[in-house]
Amino acid sequence: MKIHIKNGRLIDPASKTDEALDLFIAAGRIVGVGNTPAGFEANSVLDATGCIVCPGLVDLAARLREPGFEYRATLESEMAAAAAGGVTSLACPPDTDPVLDEPGLVEMLTHRARLPEFAHVHPVGALTMQLEGKALTEMAELSEAGCVAFGQANRAIVDTQVLLRAMMYAATFDFPVWLQAQDPFLARKGVAHDGEVAARLGLVGIPVAAETIALATILQLARETGARVHVTRISSAAGVEMIVAARAAGIPVTCDVAIHHLHLCEMDLGFFDAHARLDPPLRSQRDRDALRAGLASGAINALCSDHTPVDDDGKQMPFDEAEVGATGLELLLPLTLKWAREMKLPLATALARVTSDPARILGVKAGSLGLGAAADICVFDPVAEFKASRENLRSQGKNTPFLGYEFPGRVRYTLIDGHLAFDGTLS
Amino acid sequence: MSAFGKQPNPQLNSHGELQHLLTIEGLPREMLTRILDTAAPFSEVAEREVKKVPLLRGKSVFNLFFENSTRTRTTFEIAAKRLSADVINLNISTSSANKGETLLDTADNLAAMQADMFVVRHASSGAPHLLAQHLAATGRDHIHVVNAGDGRHAHPTQGLLDMYTIRHYKTDFTQLTIAIVGDVLHSRVARSQIHALTTLGVPEVRVIAPKTLLPTGIERLGVRVFNDMREGLRGVDVVMMLRLQNERMQGALLPSTQEYFKSYGLTPEKLSLAKPDAIVMHPGPMNRGVEIDSAVADGGQAVILPQVTFGIAVRMAVMAMLAGNS
Repeated sequence: MKIHIKNGRLIDPASKTDEALDLFIAAGRIVGVGNTPAGFEANSVLDATGCIVCPGLVDLAARLREPGFEYRATLESEMAAAAAGGVTSLACPPDTDPVLDEPGLVEMLTHRARLPEFAHVHPVGALTMQLEGKALTEMAELSEAGCVAFGQANRAIVDTQVLLRAMMYAATFDFPVWLQAQDPFLARKGVAHDGEVAARLGLVGIPVAAETIALATILQLARETGARVHVTRISSAAGVEMIVAARAAGIPVTCDVAIHHLHLCEMDLGFFDAHARLDPPLRSQRDRDALRAGLASGAINALCSDHTPVDDDGKQMPFDEAEVGATGLELLLPLTLKWAREMKLPLATALARVTSDPARILGVKAGSLGLGAAADICVFDPVAEFKASRENLRSQGKNTPFLGYEFPGRVRYTLIDGHLAFDGTLS
Repeated sequence: MSAFGKQPNPQLNSHGELQHLLTIEGLPREMLTRILDTAAPFSEVAEREVKKVPLLRGKSVFNLFFENSTRTRTTFEIAAKRLSADVINLNISTSSANKGETLLDTADNLAAMQADMFVVRHASSGAPHLLAQHLAATGRDHIHVVNAGDGRHAHPTQGLLDMYTIRHYKTDFTQLTIAIVGDVLHSRVARSQIHALTTLGVPEVRVIAPKTLLPTGIERLGVRVFNDMREGLRGVDVVMMLRLQNERMQGALLPSTQEYFKSYGLTPEKLSLAKPDAIVMHPGPMNRGVEIDSAVADGGQAVILPQVTFGIAVRMAVMAMLAGNS
């Protein structure tokens, strides 16, 4: 299959390219940028007039809900959402049921995900058995089965000695360790940022210190062990400052932020909107502004969707009983563009945070449009509006605090290994 | 900058009238005053030989108590009965699983029995909001919701009856200094009192508590924070005591009730720092010897029993107004 993507504006952050260039694809790979390769005859021509052609998005956190939570979402529904959102590679956290702590489970998941129209799935294996924070998993075996990193999703390791040993063991094989920084004691029973809004609504607060104290522990242990640490879902200004200081001190730590924390703050809880029940909690406006600036400067390395489909029953609850999380795969691109526009950032810089930068953290060959690269491509119209509605969202989860809002940035085509996984001209 | 989460006030209908009573926050001063004015003649109903008016005749009021409370439920029941409503009490013990489901499922079932009003108490903050939103989303917003206490969030009828009591003894809100003392962190009563007092124009609202019993950012609600009770009580017109909610304590908030009483219990000696004509209020039930000394609770400055009496009139006023806004 030979595909010619014509008349688009090609933005490839990895090669700092931003110009009108056609793209030529054969056998699932990029064989020409700008110039037609000799003897190239396209079977298919995709018109990208008025569109931006960029690498397919790389999402560092998307819960596919398999295995175990198929009533909330299935691989099919969430892969359709990924393709519709222009996401071609994603990391899935280990908090499935059963937990991704056995090689067999990981193999089954990656096998199930191996369909041409499905995004590349990179499982994050459990760092400890059952995510209980007690016994280490067989990381080397899990790595062979396809795990790209090891983490705890959003469950903390309470016992610091176990955390130290888990990081030491991972460092033995140079496996990346992905950790969410939240002290379980300070977060106990907490459902919202410990600030004005929680005080007003009578919700149990989670102080910023829950993040900074856990982060201090993680950073110290990263220094001790030499483990490659990636901090997931940073939520506070103080947390960003600590990451920057640690890097300056020579600790090679990376971190990401979720789309919700980039655009929302505690005020968006409104009148107990269960869609805004997130982990970590939405913090103050000042924190949100620091996250936006940190992502722009590169202090925060990547933006992710933290996609967590939850069914209506899980959200039709009082705020403190409602399930945590929001759907996000289809909002990652529009919310990246919204942030870029509001921060007056070059598109190439903004797109780097959802393509080449997260690909580097994942350690996979993705997120670039160089010659010979896999043809994982997102073609989007930066002007056409996408409305986050129950009807439009393909994810089985319709749970998002952005429900009802329209954002510029609509995907026209998504290609995965040169396979047309999504065609927005049909809908 | 944030454009999200700006929903209209869910307790007002399209004419700006009270559709539900979920919280005092966001209600205009005129509306609070109107509720207090409406309550005044209902106080007289209680003095009559036949303590009934026919305002809610033929209406069904369901008391949905997901959390036990004999006192509040009884006052709502009496208020509804004095308005001639049919009252059905449901004490729904909360199992740990599917609590929220129980709330909406129960409400759906009762709505199918032609309920006109739900009086809801729930352990989760925001549960009455959820119920009101659910009724609106399912086209049944003719059913009114009255919040009878949700988690730590709000207890609006308690806040209103406290305002009624203050107005009865002190007349002008704009000349008062008022102190709220005790476990503000866990208290829905305190939050409703603060919103009511600041809305009614009280120039100085103080909260007095140890730091472990104050929510972060409480000063943003327009109150002055005192950690020293003696300092905080100096020159106040009204002392509003809170119940020390032992059952809500997560541990490690206070060393002992004895030490608490020593620092924050209202004794005649501490009360002497307030104005000589200061009144003492308490939402009940009291823990004598923990937050309040019996000498104060039973003393001449206490207006704790009148609060209970006024509570019925205020709840009658709220229910009558809601029913009138159908």
